[in-house]
Amino acid sequence: MKVTLLTGRTLRQGQGKEYGKLSERYLKSVAVCEMDPDDMKRLGIRENENVKIATNYGSVVVKAVKSLRAPHPSAVFVPYGPWISLVMSSKTHGTGMPSLKGVTAEVNPAPTEPVLSLPELLKRHFKKE
Amino acid sequence: MDIAIKDGKIVEKVEGKGVKVIDASRMIVMPGGVDIHSHIAGAKVNAGRMLRPEDHFKDVEVKTEKTRSGVGHSIPSTFTTGYRYARMGYTTVFEPAQAPLKSRHTHEELNDTPIIDKGAYPLLGDCWFVLERLAKGMIEECAAYVAWTMRATKGYAVKIVNPGGLEAWGFGGNMRNIDDTVPHFNITPREIVQGLCKVNELLHMPHTIHVHTNNLGKPGNYVNTLETMKCVENLAHGDKPVIHITHCQFSAFKGRDWHTFASGAEEIARYVNNHSHVTLDMGQIVFTETTTMTADGPFQFILYQLTGNKWINGDVETETSTGIVPFAYKRKSYVHATQWSIGLELALLIKDPWKIYLTTDHPNAGPFIYYPKIISWLMSRRAREKVMRKMNKRARQKSLLSTIDREYTFYEMAIATRAGQARALGLRHKGHLGLGADADIAIYNIDPTSVEPSKDYQLIRRAFKHAAYTVKGGEIVVKNGEIVKSVDGKTFWVDVETSPSVDEFVPRLKQVFEDYYTVQYENYVVPEHYLAVSCPVHTKAEI
Amino acid sequence: MPIISNVTCPVCGSLCDDIEILVENNKVVKVKNACGLGESKFLNYNGHRLRKPLIRKNGELVEASIKEAIRRSAEILADAAYPILYGWSNTSCEAIRVGLELAEEIGGVIDNTSTVCHGPSVLSIQDVGYSTCTLGQIRHRADLVIYWGSNPWSAHPRHIERYTAFTQGRFQASIWYRYLAHLSAYRARRRLLRALKLSSVREAPTIEAEAGLPPTLFRKERKMIVVDVRRTRTADIADYFLQVEPNKDYEVLEALRALIRDEEIDMDTVAGVPVETLEELADVMIGCKFGVLFFGVGLTMSMGKLRNIDTAICMVRDLNRYTKFIIMPMRGHFNVTGSNVVSTWQTGYPYAVDFSHGYPRYNPGETSVVDILARGESDASLIVASDPVAHFPKAAVENLVRNPVIVIDPEPTPTTLMADVVFPSSFVGIETEGTAYRMDHVPLPLKKIVEPPSGCLSDMEILQRILAEVRKIKRETAEVA
Repeated sequence: MKVTLLTGRTLRQGQGKEYGKLSERYLKSVAVCEMDPDDMKRLGIRENENVKIATNYGSVVVKAVKSLRAPHPSAVFVPYGPWISLVMSSKTHGTGMPSLKGVTAEVNPAPTEPVLSLPELLKRHFKKE
Repeated sequence: MDIAIKDGKIVEKVEGKGVKVIDASRMIVMPGGVDIHSHIAGAKVNAGRMLRPEDHFKDVEVKTEKTRSGVGHSIPSTFTTGYRYARMGYTTVFEPAQAPLKSRHTHEELNDTPIIDKGAYPLLGDCWFVLERLAKGMIEECAAYVAWTMRATKGYAVKIVNPGGLEAWGFGGNMRNIDDTVPHFNITPREIVQGLCKVNELLHMPHTIHVHTNNLGKPGNYVNTLETMKCVENLAHGDKPVIHITHCQFSAFKGRDWHTFASGAEEIARYVNNHSHVTLDMGQIVFTETTTMTADGPFQFILYQLTGNKWINGDVETETSTGIVPFAYKRKSYVHATQWSIGLELALLIKDPWKIYLTTDHPNAGPFIYYPKIISWLMSRRAREKVMRKMNKRARQKSLLSTIDREYTFYEMAIATRAGQARALGLRHKGHLGLGADADIAIYNIDPTSVEPSKDYQLIRRAFKHAAYTVKGGEIVVKNGEIVKSVDGKTFWVDVETSPSVDEFVPRLKQVFEDYYTVQYENYVVPEHYLAVSCPVHTKAEI
Repeated sequence: MPIISNVTCPVCGSLCDDIEILVENNKVVKVKNACGLGESKFLNYNGHRLRKPLIRKNGELVEASIKEAIRRSAEILADAAYPILYGWSNTSCEAIRVGLELAEEIGGVIDNTSTVCHGPSVLSIQDVGYSTCTLGQIRHRADLVIYWGSNPWSAHPRHIERYTAFTQGRFQASIWYRYLAHLSAYRARRRLLRALKLSSVREAPTIEAEAGLPPTLFRKERKMIVVDVRRTRTADIADYFLQVEPNKDYEVLEALRALIRDEEIDMDTVAGVPVETLEELADVMIGCKFGVLFFGVGLTMSMGKLRNIDTAICMVRDLNRYTKFIIMPMRGHFNVTGSNVVSTWQTGYPYAVDFSHGYPRYNPGETSVVDILARGESDASLIVASDPVAHFPKAAVENLVRNPVIVIDPEPTPTTLMADVVFPSSFVGIETEGTAYRMDHVPLPLKKIVEPPSGCLSDMEILQRILAEVRKIKRETAEVA
């Protein structure tokens, strides 16, 4: 399904960060995708099931959760963090600032793909000799 | 004649081996320059720097072995500010507008401003605490507050900007004249100026109150300026000044509007010549592109509407405001050319050089790097005429300058650029080369016995632009106009001894502090260790 | 048991300085006055620390001595042709000063996190200026508070309570009391209805369901409006919430600007908002005595970026012809403002400063880190108290980790995992003192309330030692040559 991807800060992400970025709590607070419940129905996804978010620049698997801020049809919200950064463009249009809000993306169920832990994620996507 | 220096001071003589000798024969030797009013550091100046990358692009300083890199032009970065003053032989500069709430910022920047000694004047003319106490006639309580502020903000003098007008600007208003009432506070600008003048005398502050008048920058404002000077006339004792009217050029406008705009310099000069309780500084215009920045928020808003240039406004809770607008002074503009003339008229019509000092209100009327130009205008009628030939015709015809022959002598120039300013600031170790003076010395490569400033004004300019030597605290910091050593300058602040001590007043202040501010009392106070080189000036108050 | 009061909270740009902290055996045991974020930081900061310097050897990060780590870092930086020094928003101004000196010494680029949050706001201000003030002015005077594209309830939790709508000021009463009164009246009515077994009676329609703006917006006292693309928590407590379509802020702002200038709009809706609503909103803005517009990264990060801010600032500027109006960016990290401030007084520019020519150069889009990384131009990096691996787009991170990375941070992060040298540092504002700037440019002191773990130096000290070592290497090289 085509969606508009918004990212931002959340209270939970802010608190999760204080428990350490390698903690489970941080992962649970940012590797999520807040969706409109109607959109979830349409896609046949239930709470805490995996979805794949894909843009022209990459894709990542996170857990879908019901948005408490609905209705916002075909808009999804993901907190800042290493997961969502993987699908962002580094183009800044001469401003120094990449576009992190209002990005066009595709969200689909990904029942067979896991949400990677942080070390796995870094290993999979970035090389370090 | 020899001048001997030891441990940063001027002494009778030095002996022994290893004494370093500077040969200054056929050169002019003066005390280090003193600037009584130059916006060089703090929140407002930095907002100006941030606003104007285009101002920096055209003027850069490359890093060297001895110096840090930086940028100019009208709002130079801190290191560049220190170096450029030192290159002109200046060694002491005062930042004249420190929002008390943001004093830490000012001092952080002053710490990063090398070589020169410095200080800052807290803005007090629109402080709620001051307004309330003065409205109730509580002069002593107000004095205790001012004494506390000097200590808490590490301030040096009482600064008043558009008294009452800045508080009114909190809701978009302003003061129309000296007897207008400040909304919600039941007090007039006249009462604020008089009250703080009394406080200043009670505290025996080294400097007088430092006043930026109401209606600054508006045609017809010279009347208000005269009123402001008159209102403290009877507070003076003997010949001692009690008020400093700063950047007077901007407050000496005649006319009903911009079309009938004219110089009020003659009236101001006449008054100052007949009274001894006032000192002034010029605020001389230079035809260039610069950045205007004052605490006078409403004036800057007018300037924004006049020019349509970009505009920063920055109000500070319970205390003051700020405005910044880039500005270009053009010689073909009638108003600008008249303003150029007003500044020089003031300096030339006021007979006593101890009463009017050279400033550009940097960067408002022009960056301080243009001081050598102004020196040449004051010392040479020919130099003035050269500018006048190219400026707006109507302004030229109306200018009084064509009737003024006076040319400053080197002595008068030394008074207007250092001795007078040091005296006005109460800095006893500055502005002269007597025994015990700070060894801050400027040596200019110009032979006063052979050079005729009137004719050779270009030589004068060159010499004052790049000092042959600048000595700061006994160390050679500039040689042939280049920085050879960077040292840390001192920060002056006034520590007033009151009885009962200021500490007893603190609980009363704490009671209202939380209602007034969004920061805690403890976090408002700037501790002494915050200053890189702290230099308290002690005074004893009459309270 | 010492209680330390007036502590400044080193979390967000609100920089609340009234926190009280109870310390027992060099450990924070209780925190008073702080919000969820602040309390969480003070209580948990020490749970997950880096304690020893690390150096990457044969692909693995292994423990090393501080001396070794300093030497290795200095070698990397002295060798680099175009290094980047990034982060700076979570450290003290004192550390930033040293960072700038180091950047100048090695001819690198120094950039702070505002490059990816309020960088566009800075660019707009450089275009058109802005009318702003300190937060106390708003507390005392504002009768209209607008949050646009920002969610203080989550990102700056005490902002509303301390500085804006819920605070008590000299000329403005708090709406907090009204809010509480409203809430208790609502509860009382519910109880009454239940008691009368009339709970089936329909409740009054919510404000949003009515056409036009709620009548509360036209009263004299303080009111709060939230504009956002989604209904945030902050929106829930506002007098009015205006929802705009994603990436359409610019249209709404321009429409408002036109309406404020008394121009007519020949459309029925703009970005999903009826023009009539906007007309009324414009009237509310013109009619207030002192209005303030806070904007967040919702404006800077979406389409239009700096142009959104340009037009917001111009709208506020226009409003000053009718009334007093102020605009202020909601800055995120606790000292992101300070990193702009220090950089500006030393170099003239607030971020993205390039020293490779020996003097400061500034051209965001060229000298900003994301662009440098995207082009793959840098050949080493020093990261201070920041986590670009987690927050930069993928292509930028790829180029970042391809070259040597030095990280100074108190805790492990995705960036330390990918680093070549890691310094454990002390927490500024908890274990080290310093200065920070609030979002309204008010400088505040940060306190040291407990001792850092042994071996953890402050950011400033680590940077000073790296700088000294770089200079030593340069001298050695010069002598050999």
